[in-house]
Amino acid sequence: MNKQTLIVIGNGMVGHHFLEQLIATAAAERFDIKVFGEEKLLAYDRVHLSEYFGGSTHADLAMGTAQWYAENRIDLHLGEQVTAIDRDQKTITTPLGNYRYDELVLATGSYPFVPPIKGNEHPHCLVYRTLEDLDRIRASADGVKTGVVVGGGLLGLEAANALKSLGVDAHVVEFAPRLMPVQLDADGGALLRRKIEELGVQVHTEKATIEIVDGESARLRMNFSDDSHLETDLIVFSAGIRPQDTLARASGLDIGERGGIVINDQCTTSDPHIHAIGECALWSERIFGLVAPGYTMARTLAATLNGDQEAAFTGADMSTKLKLLGVDVGSIGDAHGQTPGARNIRFNDEKAGHYRRMVISDDGKTLLGAILVGDNSHYDTLLQYALNGITLPDNPETLILPESQGGAPALGPDALPETASICSCHNVTKGDICGAIDAGCSDLASVKGETKASTGCGGCAALLKNVVDNELEKRGVEVSKDLCEHFPYSRQELFHLVKVNGIRTFRTLIRDHGKGHGCDICKPTVASILATCWNEHILATDHVPLQDTNDTFMANMQKNGTYSIVPRIPGGEITPDKLIVLGEVANEYNLYTKITGGQRVDLFGATLSELPAIWEKLIAAGFETGHAYGKSLRTVKSCVGSTWCRYGVQDSVGMAIFLENRYKGLRAPHKVKMAVSGCTRECAEAQSKDIGVIATENGWNLYVCGNGGMRPRHADLFATDLSDEELIRTIDRVLMFYVRTADRLQRTSVWMENLEGGLDYLKQVVLEDSLGLGQELEEHMESLVGTYQCEWKTAVEDPEKRKRFREFVNAPEKTDPVQQWTTERDQRRPVLESEAAL
Amino acid sequence: MKARTTWDCVCKVEDLVAESGVAVWTADGPVAVFYLPHRLPALFAISHTDPFSGSNVLARGITGDIKGEPVVASPLYKQHFSLITGQCLEDETVKIKTYPVLLDGDQIRLEVPKNKQETAAA
Repeated sequence: MNKQTLIVIGNGMVGHHFLEQLIATAAAERFDIKVFGEEKLLAYDRVHLSEYFGGSTHADLAMGTAQWYAENRIDLHLGEQVTAIDRDQKTITTPLGNYRYDELVLATGSYPFVPPIKGNEHPHCLVYRTLEDLDRIRASADGVKTGVVVGGGLLGLEAANALKSLGVDAHVVEFAPRLMPVQLDADGGALLRRKIEELGVQVHTEKATIEIVDGESARLRMNFSDDSHLETDLIVFSAGIRPQDTLARASGLDIGERGGIVINDQCTTSDPHIHAIGECALWSERIFGLVAPGYTMARTLAATLNGDQEAAFTGADMSTKLKLLGVDVGSIGDAHGQTPGARNIRFNDEKAGHYRRMVISDDGKTLLGAILVGDNSHYDTLLQYALNGITLPDNPETLILPESQGGAPALGPDALPETASICSCHNVTKGDICGAIDAGCSDLASVKGETKASTGCGGCAALLKNVVDNELEKRGVEVSKDLCEHFPYSRQELFHLVKVNGIRTFRTLIRDHGKGHGCDICKPTVASILATCWNEHILATDHVPLQDTNDTFMANMQKNGTYSIVPRIPGGEITPDKLIVLGEVANEYNLYTKITGGQRVDLFGATLSELPAIWEKLIAAGFETGHAYGKSLRTVKSCVGSTWCRYGVQDSVGMAIFLENRYKGLRAPHKVKMAVSGCTRECAEAQSKDIGVIATENGWNLYVCGNGGMRPRHADLFATDLSDEELIRTIDRVLMFYVRTADRLQRTSVWMENLEGGLDYLKQVVLEDSLGLGQELEEHMESLVGTYQCEWKTAVEDPEKRKRFREFVNAPEKTDPVQQWTTERDQRRPVLESEAAL
Repeated sequence: MKARTTWDCVCKVEDLVAESGVAVWTADGPVAVFYLPHRLPALFAISHTDPFSGSNVLARGITGDIKGEPVVASPLYKQHFSLITGQCLEDETVKIKTYPVLLDGDQIRLEVPKNKQETAAA
């Protein structure tokens, strides 16, 4: 069968989502797919556009990669604007030529509405929509004092945030009497205004701009209809969007009276071979200016093209929950109470700055809508009541009252029906989550991976966790936070108990706060906590029996009971003399030698009793323990950097050695890996590490919470262009916060994903010091750095500690009879079970 | 007929490590001796050989209690073995040898089969 050609015009969030959905179906095989994008950049996340000024790059915001398009054989034409559609010939035209289609998808999105004000063509009058727009705003705001956003809606406030982050005095000018007139009422709008003004953004409501002229104290002056005026250096219009329907209009497709390409429930236009999705589409006389409905349309169309006759777009919930300039705002359903007979319940705490309004049906049984300002903690529960028509309790006001005043706890996940939508971005219901758990998912991370729930905007993270925990519990899976049967506390809680009460031994802790004698779960955990708090030698008498064997003997046990030895080689830099010593020691003890992935050398096959003698030789040659056995810093990998490499811009080896020496020995909930790359080519693979540092012309970019292993995770960009001092301070804080708050055996990636608020929250804590912990974290790290000791050096010098390394305490000359050896590729290795049987 | 046994001195009190184990070589092969000072009795002896890997490592495991039963966790694959019965808690078909053990002055004595000792000594 000859393949048909499917052309998608527009490469935004919805266009990209459509392709992802289509590729996942069998229909993908039927089509040769071509994509045309007017912008030169691959589809990116417009919802988080303002993060572009916070250090995010296009790569951070990108929805997919060129590689993904190539792998799925999608022919990508970026920066190639489609100028015409010929429906009779079934072709489209671009400046580069004509292309035939069998099916055409319009995902052209929208453009910002610029009110017809005299003077709006001034070069410092801008809009807020694309990354190019943001570059223009940045250029215009460079070195000036004041910026105005016209439009006090959702996007306008985002734009104001962007201006604020560029360091200009931001003003918002709104035509309506309040901010966010679509989502909020008068009281909610007033509270939002107060909070935003407290953050230094000035708000001007009920202002109609009649003209923009040259200013006296600034570039521009805006004259308002009430004879007042405002001087500003730039103006950003963010007064709403209009569907981008120019192409469709010119080709004669049905267009709505006020714009928008008319579509049916299958997202097909008045031409059966042309479809439209996202903000350019008009469904049932409505334009949907949010990403979630656009995604729903994308899914519907992909299913329809795959032959699903049932697939239909049936409208979308326009409820929104967001943080605008750090202020919680939520709006659900019929927020203004326009349903006949609707009644209101309001809670307004002006002191705390919390406003909540419920709109309920006239019989008091159903929640029709709600408004929240200042605190979104009630949003999830209210949304579930509204979306699923759950009958309200007899005293519905308890849903929005503070708990101290008789407020009800949040709606339990059990009360939700199977059809309840948990994640609206990816359309995941409670039923889908139960299905994933029944199919074998046994924790939050695997449910997320399977269903994609909470991987869109992330707004449902807390609710998802509740549902997953609850369902797992119902199936008998232990999700208790208790560490084990001996301690009814999480690792973090134990950390606080140890720290606050100055507890220095396991015995005291279990006597005062636990029961029984401990086990192989709690003992190493407590040992790690004690090490973080007090940093005593891990072989101090009280601590010996707490450690895993690898920590006890400071080497890694292999399957035949022998150990491997990994001396520290900071940054992977080693002198020939030291390399020779490694070779001599390996030769003397007949150790199998292998280079590790972390730029060091691993020596295998040492017996327990050989370890101290081997380490004596290594220490004499200047080696230190590499902590390859510990839940602690492993290595800091590096490339050669500016010293040798013609591309390097900083001394990556020097920085890697510094970092490795600073954090060596730090006990953590899990192993910690780092890397430093000397330029953006990233030869040290820093973005797959817990802490990744990449040199820039101006300093260092810091990436956090990546890992390789079973579930690889790309690290997130955390801060850019840091000086050496800033870099160290930031890493100190991130690491110490991780060590103090993570669960047992939780790597930084999972830890960060489980922090409520995720990366943004971590940034607030570390970069903005929102908890006021910064100094304490730094001082704690400094004290650990100051009390570092090489555990092996201390051990070999202490006869009592050396006694632990006897293979058999009553037969020092005896060698373990099960250890049998053979030779392979000129090195000694254990005889395998299969070989021994022969 | 009851097998003939002997109470051999395997080590001194000072060789033991509180809350942990040491390995000793006996006529019956390698044995792990644990000293849990907060229990009565405080001494336990089980085979040093981990039945899942065949390696001699159990004395290097972490001790503790699971629902009141004193146990050691294998340092290789983390199964728990009762220090009293030798029963593996994760696999009811696996049980390792245990040995009577007592404190005699400053000496730790184990009861091991005698005939084997003669073989070993020969």
